[in-house]
Amino acid sequence: MYDVIIIGCGITGAATAFELSRYRLKVAVVERENDVAIGTTKANSAILHAGYDPMPGSLMARLNVRGVELARTLCEKLDVPYVPCGSMVLAFSQQEKPHLEELYRRGQANGVPGLALLTGDEARELEPNLSDAVVAALHAPSAAICSPWEYCLALAETAVRNGVQLHRNTGVTGLSPVDGGWLVNTDKGQMWARYVVSAAGVDCQQIHELAAPCPYTIHPARGQYYLLDKSEGDRVGRVIFQCPNDLGKGVLVAPTVHGNLIVGPNSEPVEGEDTSTTAAGLAFVRDKALKSVPSVQFNQSIRNFAGVRAVADTGDFVIDWAAPGLLDLAGICSPGLSAAPAIGEYAVELLGADGLALEEKEQFICERHRTRFKQLPQAERAALVERQTAFGRVICRCETVTEGEILEALAGPIPPCSVDGVKRRVNAGMGRCQGGFCGPRVVEILSRELGISPGEVVQDQAGTWLLARETKGGDK
Amino acid sequence: MYDLIVIGGGPAGLAAACAAWEGGLRSILIVERDQELGGILNQCIHNGFGLHYFKEELTGPEYAGRFIRMLSDTGVEVRLDTMVLEVTADRQVHMVGKTTGYRVEQARSIVLAMGCRERTRGAIGIPGTRPAGVFTAGAAQRYVNMEGWMPGNRVVILGSGDIGLIMARRMTLEGAKVLACVEVMPYSGGLNRNIVQCLHDYDIPLYLSHTVTDIRGKDRVEQVVVSQVDERRNPIPGTEMVFDCDTLLLSVGLIPENELTRQAGVEMDRRTNGAVVYENMETSIPGVFACGNVCHVHDLVDFVTAESQRAGAAAARYVAQNGDAPQRVLQVRNGDGVTYTVPQRIRPDRVEKRCDLFFRVNRICGDSEILVTSGDTQIARFKREHLAPGEMENITLPRVLLDKARDEITVSIREVEQA
Amino acid sequence: MKELICIVCPKGCHLHVDEANDYKVTGNGCPRGAEYGRIELTHPTRVVTSTVRCAGGRYPRCPVKTDQPVPKEQIFEVMRALDQMELTAPVQVGQVVLSDVCRTGANVVATRSI
Repeated sequence: MYDVIIIGCGITGAATAFELSRYRLKVAVVERENDVAIGTTKANSAILHAGYDPMPGSLMARLNVRGVELARTLCEKLDVPYVPCGSMVLAFSQQEKPHLEELYRRGQANGVPGLALLTGDEARELEPNLSDAVVAALHAPSAAICSPWEYCLALAETAVRNGVQLHRNTGVTGLSPVDGGWLVNTDKGQMWARYVVSAAGVDCQQIHELAAPCPYTIHPARGQYYLLDKSEGDRVGRVIFQCPNDLGKGVLVAPTVHGNLIVGPNSEPVEGEDTSTTAAGLAFVRDKALKSVPSVQFNQSIRNFAGVRAVADTGDFVIDWAAPGLLDLAGICSPGLSAAPAIGEYAVELLGADGLALEEKEQFICERHRTRFKQLPQAERAALVERQTAFGRVICRCETVTEGEILEALAGPIPPCSVDGVKRRVNAGMGRCQGGFCGPRVVEILSRELGISPGEVVQDQAGTWLLARETKGGDK
Repeated sequence: MYDLIVIGGGPAGLAAACAAWEGGLRSILIVERDQELGGILNQCIHNGFGLHYFKEELTGPEYAGRFIRMLSDTGVEVRLDTMVLEVTADRQVHMVGKTTGYRVEQARSIVLAMGCRERTRGAIGIPGTRPAGVFTAGAAQRYVNMEGWMPGNRVVILGSGDIGLIMARRMTLEGAKVLACVEVMPYSGGLNRNIVQCLHDYDIPLYLSHTVTDIRGKDRVEQVVVSQVDERRNPIPGTEMVFDCDTLLLSVGLIPENELTRQAGVEMDRRTNGAVVYENMETSIPGVFACGNVCHVHDLVDFVTAESQRAGAAAARYVAQNGDAPQRVLQVRNGDGVTYTVPQRIRPDRVEKRCDLFFRVNRICGDSEILVTSGDTQIARFKREHLAPGEMENITLPRVLLDKARDEITVSIREVEQA
Repeated sequence: MKELICIVCPKGCHLHVDEANDYKVTGNGCPRGAEYGRIELTHPTRVVTSTVRCAGGRYPRCPVKTDQPVPKEQIFEVMRALDQMELTAPVQVGQVVLSDVCRTGANVVATRSI
């Protein structure tokens, strides 16, 4: 019998697991896929929003502002790439200026620090590549960018190191109330817990419906993106938004913590988790982005992707009891990444108020470190290779990732079991050649270290096989 | 201190190092990131290499093997499994290797010979899902020919570049079904001989003026959609063909790998995506040379060899003469019909007897004249029956003609009126 | 009269072969093109390049080729013969690994040393 079972290990589930791992509790996280951070968490804008956008008084407003405040120290302690670069919302006409003023007012109400309304020229002074058509801007210095999947991974890894059990490849098939808690049926067997927390992203409604009729509806919304090469990474120094509309915060142009430029998203309703991109969607994103920053060189694109976010029809996050002992963390669309640690904090608060004994552990680990060869000064690189020769073998040439870093990830609390799992942990394959060169080497390392045949190595989630069979008539 | 550090031990680096040795340098280091010399030739197990240079038809490993043997007769030092991380303008080379550790070496001259990489799905923006099963042709070639694994069983190939064509045949021979080769341009990007012996021989259809407009499948590629495109390369609605396949190979172009070059501050040419070079393959940084696919993408390794030998020989001269004063420079300009030229600059005083000029055209031309002009003066004219963007052209300009030019020469194409 | 693209070298000459006139070839840039044109229309042949299994090397495959062209219709037969082979390092470039493959008269030789 667990004290708490969390369904889903995206950023929300990971943050909740991390918060719970402070206490003397038996906690498990069940994740349907073979890795954490594999849903909405891996495909979004990677922005920690300042918090001027949500309506004052909403959960989104409160948790966004609190979440980004927590993120600053969390990212530092857990070694998550984080750059406090600030953001700007642009107005292209006098008609749009009231939007900025409205955002400014909301920001003030939400307690966002340092907001300033700028003229077009003042905005261009900060961001010289902005369009001449920009007439005004809202500057929010407290916005930041981060690596969303590493953020999730860091929280989950730390939770695991603090005793949380993570069960990957474990999908929930049923929820039944039992005496003193819940029976959780999974495709790997039965589990019992006093409390169940649903952080199932796009599938929150389905999880809810396993236990009780669902009062809200999740409308999955897809956003498509471009990721451009580092040659475009300096095009802007801040996150550049346009005035938000009914479809969300609009197309942004932003640097990434990895030195690339991200452009997107659009917003379109989709069925389930359809993360395909479309020619029309990408063209829309391109056109909108060029309106903000006309000089973006789209021929430097290295990847397109799409993410699906779970938008609840309530217009706010749904953080509430679905049934006694079953807590919903649902509708976590933007600003979910920003709010995540605050959502975790709030979830624990609700569980505590319901009677879960929150007794702090004496030894709570709140630190994490991973080797980033590329960022080390020369002397440290030399010393590292001296100590461990695997750090002398560069596997990913675009991102300068060494075999040592991959081996370190494989020895970590949540070892990768796919090529993309390696990518999310150490950046191999994230660069301009997109794994063209390092892919076969990563396959070789995974095959060797996991003791499986190259044919069993997957690209990402289960079923994403890479190699069909051996040559010379070898069969699969 | 090395006289010369060659970065990259593929065909370019091997030829440059051998030529520099012949040119008298005795302290030469090749730094190679792979576990063996030969570069991409090791996975190019098909034949067709060496007809110009060796006057016989060799496979990639054989071609590389000959140079590796030549190199072993010299005293050139080789560091394998060693990655160069940085090259500085004052010719320091930072490198790291499993056995050699982190080292910084000083060189009197440097030859950049890092080769190129393949364009990816992201670069051309194919919409659809993002399942496993989309490979660049070169990555697939490595799996099939070196690792001994087939990336899939039912294959569509986008792009009719030579690697794509070669892989169409190779995967067919190993038992895969190659359903189609799809090319967005109205002409193939590969050599005609490869269309014949890789596609026609195996009844693989080539769809010109078509492209992949959708990829389907959640986990693994299940289908690709191919559409015809108009003159502006936009897909034409209603022309979609759906192929049931598990693999999409991309052979959609090569990009010189110049991150080290840029980092060092070398002046770049946006058209070649390589360094701007002089007649002897010297870059804007004195004593730093570039050759092979890192300079501009070649079709034939034989030309890589020839170009790299010039670079190696020039490095040897540079070290021997300790550099010399700047001389008269001719800018080579791209005239009508010409996409790029290499070299981009010529110092006539450095040209002994003649200077080879390589270039690509921007369209298919029938009977044509290649005109070399300087100002209003025509200084040379060459005839060609056929010109195509996929085939690198070269002309040879005698020194005496270069002496006639002032400040610049322009290379342009004039198509002779067709009857 | 048949039109062919010569595959002997990268130039890719456009050949005209007159079947009625003893396979006389025009449009060829060299004598090898004339020979190719005639053979292509009488009994087409190809050099086969492939790999065979190889134990004890850095990679599990050794690249090979036929040392002369084999009849086109026997290409897959040759491939099946190669499937059955397994070499053990060391292998020398040029070493015959299978002689007179499928009675074509061609030998399969290694194209690199392992």
